[in-house]
Amino acid sequence: MQIKINGVVSEVQPGMTILEAAREMGIDIPTLCYLEGVHEAGACRVCIVEVKGARTLVPACITEAADGMEIFTHTSRVRRARRTIIELMLSDHPDECLTCGKNNQCELQKLARAMNIQERKYEGEYSSRVIDDGSPAVIRDSGKCILCRRCLSVCSMIQDVNAIAPIGRGFKTVIAPAGKEPINQSPCVQCGQCVNVCPTGAIIEKSDVIRVWEALEDPRKHVVVQVAPAVRVAIGEVFGLEPGTSVTWKMVSALKKLGFDRVFDTNFTADLTIMEEGSELIQRINEGGRLPMITSCSPGWINYMEYFFPQLVEHLSTCKSPQQMFGAVIKTYYADKAGIPAENIFAVSVMPCTAKKYESQRPEMYSSGYRDVDAVLTTRELGAMLKEAGIDLLSCGEETFDQPFGAGSGAGAIFGNTGGVMEAALRTVYEILTGDELDNLNFHQVRGLTGVKETSVKIGGREFSVAVVHGLGNIRKILEDIDKGRSRYHFIEVMCCPGGCIGGGGQPISKDPGIKEKRIAGLYREDEGLPVRKSHENPAVQELYREFLGHPLGHRSHELLHTRYRNRREQEYENHWKTDSLSKA
Amino acid sequence: MEVRQVDNPDVQRQKVEDIISAYRDKPGALIPVLHEIQNALGYLPRWVQYRVSNIMNIPVSEVNSIISFYALFSEKPKGEYAIGVCKGTACYVRGADKIIEKLEEELGIEAGDTTPDGKFSIEVMRCLGACGLGPVMVINDDIYTRIKPDKVKDIINAIRQKDGSETT
Ligand code: SF4
Ligand code: SF4
Ligand code: SF4
Ligand code: FES
Ligand code: FES
Repeated sequence: MQIKINGVVSEVQPGMTILEAAREMGIDIPTLCYLEGVHEAGACRVCIVEVKGARTLVPACITEAADGMEIFTHTSRVRRARRTIIELMLSDHPDECLTCGKNNQCELQKLARAMNIQERKYEGEYSSRVIDDGSPAVIRDSGKCILCRRCLSVCSMIQDVNAIAPIGRGFKTVIAPAGKEPINQSPCVQCGQCVNVCPTGAIIEKSDVIRVWEALEDPRKHVVVQVAPAVRVAIGEVFGLEPGTSVTWKMVSALKKLGFDRVFDTNFTADLTIMEEGSELIQRINEGGRLPMITSCSPGWINYMEYFFPQLVEHLSTCKSPQQMFGAVIKTYYADKAGIPAENIFAVSVMPCTAKKYESQRPEMYSSGYRDVDAVLTTRELGAMLKEAGIDLLSCGEETFDQPFGAGSGAGAIFGNTGGVMEAALRTVYEILTGDELDNLNFHQVRGLTGVKETSVKIGGREFSVAVVHGLGNIRKILEDIDKGRSRYHFIEVMCCPGGCIGGGGQPISKDPGIKEKRIAGLYREDEGLPVRKSHENPAVQELYREFLGHPLGHRSHELLHTRYRNRREQEYENHWKTDSLSKA
Repeated sequence: MEVRQVDNPDVQRQKVEDIISAYRDKPGALIPVLHEIQNALGYLPRWVQYRVSNIMNIPVSEVNSIISFYALFSEKPKGEYAIGVCKGTACYVRGADKIIEKLEEELGIEAGDTTPDGKFSIEVMRCLGACGLGPVMVINDDIYTRIKPDKVKDIINAIRQKDGSETT
């Protein structure tokens, strides 16, 4: 069928919206509330266009193109209407761009610019403003919220958490947790997916940048940093590189320029995780332990389990995440080896994730006797620090990670994407259980972006049934099956964010629809390019066991590398019971 | 006048459990459950919302969203002196609005709300069946009829005085 946009005729597929058709023709229509596949409610009306013969302007994002339709995207009528919509939003919006966390990346700001708005036309009543900065992961500022509801759609449809909802009625409606309470007292899992989709500065991560600068400038502190796998294929985007471009060695150099005393690779403790988790799996299978066992390296996922399925936490591996294993080892083994008292070490991590901020301050994460990880920066925050220091990543030289933790294996690298932990575990578990070497290290069955991937693997004459899930919204069915005792899996990998860590809530925000594939491809390239591709063959990991830990699941491992879980759901209920009955008394 | 009695917390908890379990696994039961609990406790405290969410598997944000949307639900307990003003047709015609206005002015809260010290709350009610005597107002168990707007202040002050002499 044919349509005509701004006088240009084009052939389009039936069923396409005007917006999709226009995009295919290279014609830009501005949007605000629209989020492809997630939030298509036609609420903000920024995308309105004129259709010949139609009485009113129609929203392009939800109106299907019809055969013979004649559409105009930028007539003066359209422009005037769009401008009014933005002007009305601005009438209830603070003038704070210069100091806003979203300055220069804000979609509202861009639209105001694009609509050529040069004055505040309407002075309206401001709705009351609440800034909630009680969460270690995200800050919410209702004053900057334009009620587009993208966050809410992501939180419910992609993550199945529903931490926020429209609260109140009419002009007083806000997007907030139940009772407009702090998000920290809600079921929120701190994943930061809402941060990634909020068009304005109404939700941003809680920044640790200032604390890290202070540590770097404190002469008494020995400041070490670890960098997660997913960061190296995304930080380049902050400097204009194509997503997925791996800049590992330049990034190490840039971190040294920032002043970190040692730069370590989280891939190393990803390998360590595989040693512990692989051994735990083998033990559970041999000794009739709780199955299926589910991975535990994604703190947003742990938060989900602890709230929504607390009765199943025994299925979680007891392994800490690689970030926390690293912190615990740095403040014990490394402190001893380097002759630096643990209290003088400040351990930073750079993560693609906001939930890792939350995780680092959990009471269970003080097993060295100190806070194991002192500060967590997101990929975005690292980008901001580099810019603040005038360090151009692209012109940095190349340096390698510091000893004694050496590099990670290829298996460690793919921890950053969905399927990667499973693949890494299979490589190791296979070789340990059979004593044979794998001919082919690539488990293609568990790769890719399908929400739930399942397969079975033959190891030493036994069939193992495994599943890989990413995006919390995909896990409920599997958990319900486990709850009813009819799950057929032995081992399940779950990553909280869509695509795994590469799609984490702390990654550079991008409009590239292929962003996940590109970053994932970058990590598999890392894997292929590394000399060691199996966790158990990482010589530095072997040395750590020889010198310090003894053996996987040994006494020291239990103290430093494993953890416990709680029932967050019951806790929230009891907390509210207590505060409510106190206020009654 | 007697101060309104509130169930002790454990009794409240039990009432809530009973109501929720009666509706358990019935789809679409959220509103009736909230309604019954509100009738039993007089309001819907946050812990109740969490309990309803946990047992009925409905996100607590959604439960709260609904409560905040319907004026009929209240998240605050009624005051020790729960004032109800009839806004049925007869009372309305005889100036119930003026009475509510005066109350709001005197107590510094809006109808549907409770004073910060928990002493007074104002609630708008439907016909109380005393239409001939309107406008009608109830405070806990006492009924006031044919009230004049300029008497509102005196009624409240009388309660305040009595309340003060009891507690000091
Ligand atoms: S949210 Fe956007 S428009 Fe609002 S203050 Fe921040 S940058 Fe400016
Ligand atoms: S951080 Fe995640 S769970 Fe929390 S509100 Fe945002 S999307 Fe929902
Ligand atoms: S917080 Fe952001 S994403 Fe959520 S409704 Fe407000 S503006 Fe939209
Ligand atoms: S983008 Fe189409 S209505 Fe908001
Ligand atoms: S209308 Fe007020 S008592 Fe009937």
